[in-house]
Amino acid sequence: MKHPIKVLIAKAGLDGHERGALVVAMGLRDAGMEVVYTGIRNTPEQVVAAAVQEDVDVIGLSSLSGGHMAQFTRVMELLKKEKVKGVLVFAGGIIPDNDVKKLKKLGIKKVFGPGSSIAGIAEFLKKHVKSK
Amino acid sequence: MYRGKLWTMRQYAGFGTAQETNKRYKYLLSQGQTGLSMAFDLPTQIGYDSDDKMALGEVGRVGVAITSLADMERVFDGIPLDKVSTSMTINATASILLALYLAVADKQGVPWSKVSGTVQNDILKEYIARGTYIFPPQPSLRLIADIVEFCAKEVPGWNTISVGGYHMREAGCTAAQEIAFTLADGIAYVQTCIERGLDVDSFAPRIAFFFNCHSNFLEEVAKFRAARRLWAHIMRDRFGAKNERSMMLRFHTQTAGSTLTAQQPDNNVVRTTIEALAAVLGGTQSLHTNAKDEALALPTEESALLALRTQQIIAHESGVTAEPDPLGGSYYVESLTNQLEQHAREYLNKIDNTGGMLKAIESGYVYKEIYHAAYEHQKAVERKEKIIVGVNEYVSNTPVKVQMQKTDSKLEPRRRRELAALRKKRNQAKVSKCLATLEKAAKGTENLMPIIVDCVRNYVTVGEICKVLRGTFGEYRASHSI
Repeated sequence: MKHPIKVLIAKAGLDGHERGALVVAMGLRDAGMEVVYTGIRNTPEQVVAAAVQEDVDVIGLSSLSGGHMAQFTRVMELLKKEKVKGVLVFAGGIIPDNDVKKLKKLGIKKVFGPGSSIAGIAEFLKKHVKSK
Repeated sequence: MYRGKLWTMRQYAGFGTAQETNKRYKYLLSQGQTGLSMAFDLPTQIGYDSDDKMALGEVGRVGVAITSLADMERVFDGIPLDKVSTSMTINATASILLALYLAVADKQGVPWSKVSGTVQNDILKEYIARGTYIFPPQPSLRLIADIVEFCAKEVPGWNTISVGGYHMREAGCTAAQEIAFTLADGIAYVQTCIERGLDVDSFAPRIAFFFNCHSNFLEEVAKFRAARRLWAHIMRDRFGAKNERSMMLRFHTQTAGSTLTAQQPDNNVVRTTIEALAAVLGGTQSLHTNAKDEALALPTEESALLALRTQQIIAHESGVTAEPDPLGGSYYVESLTNQLEQHAREYLNKIDNTGGMLKAIESGYVYKEIYHAAYEHQKAVERKEKIIVGVNEYVSNTPVKVQMQKTDSKLEPRRRRELAALRKKRNQAKVSKCLATLEKAAKGTENLMPIIVDCVRNYVTVGEICKVLRGTFGEYRASHSI
């Protein structure tokens, strides 16, 4: 039997707005995925360590404080450095269009802004992730 | 209320450096705003200096970066502290920011008896929503009681706690939960101060509240009415307050950021107007109206001004200020008020029966209640049981064009250079002595406020003070699972 998709929902940096992260986490779980939530205030190092330890298929990064460029860039660098392969990274939060372009170049597959639906996120993940 | 005096129009602002924030404040004051409301960046709120590794990417983002007295002096340069009242959204580091404000007053030659303002100083809701805690709940409550006790003697015009429901509502709770959880936090603070030996009527009049105003117009008007009645009864019956001012629930309101949409942002002006009107009909003492672009980024000067104009139009053109509580007596509003009060009472009883708010927070009960409500809301939106115009109905595919407030990418390196210079320039022997005194006092039970004032006068930084307190009090780490 195929394993369910395993997702790490992560808050990096000092931002404590977790409504979006929690709602997405609960929604993806109800959509049949296995979800781990980091809680707030993690360093990029802690996020990547959790992803490796939990052996996830997906990392969802959330930020609403404007710290996304610094924090997400560091997460992507660390994933490369740790040679973590085959993990899809997506992001959510209040992220301006210009930054979305930059984040995509770093390898973040998609950025979901305010008003996104959980159904849409779940569909996106099911389409793009091959679970291990 | 309103017939004689309008509410205070207090727009929350602050970003980037002290100089930029100073400029924005002077602009807002020149446009007829009547009080300042200070937003701090996350490092300042969580006790890290701008040059700390933990501050990476967050300096000056969601508010102004304050590390030392030098920053605070720049923010209030040319703004006499006896002429404005300042509300500071600050919790874990409230005692330090209040000390900084008082030190600026000293430098301006303004006596503390002439300064007025508010520190949010409401740490309990930070463990539930928003998350800018540093220390565990017990030492945090001590810091709160230190501020209350200190201000009762030294700064009589200061509002020492602004008990907030705003953030819990933003996190997804219902109107009844907002009343109940906010008042439950209020009860915990009053209890703490009474245990400190303070007489309830000596400090209770300086406790204020901070509510959200959501889009369900009549329910929100009823919410304010229900909260006011409930608090008066709690203060009189539970705590034996005799002074009427102790029973009065005075509150600031902010319109609901979570109701703003990134889609069709002009619609947000209409949402904010409806919410602001509900707050006014509910009797708010002070109001912040959100700018239309806040679901996308920090507001521009233009959109911030439109938000202030919205309040001014309600105040001067709508005629709703003719009579206090103008919806009182309406069958529907009265019945909603009763229902909400009853519902909130049930929550309060549940919290009392499980051993009080501190226990309810530590067990994760409040947190779970809120996130389940948030999830239910999201599901209702996705099933279109709730319609959000421009999001799940009346959608248009025109791309959003908004002018964005730019933040400065060179800010962090510049702050690091500034702070390196400050650390070199100040009297290091005095700094070390202040920190040693602080550490000794933190281990004991004396009031830390005078010691913190002494620290900041000598340019000891927010991060340095917090490092000592972290060492003594420990740090709180939430363990929440979904």
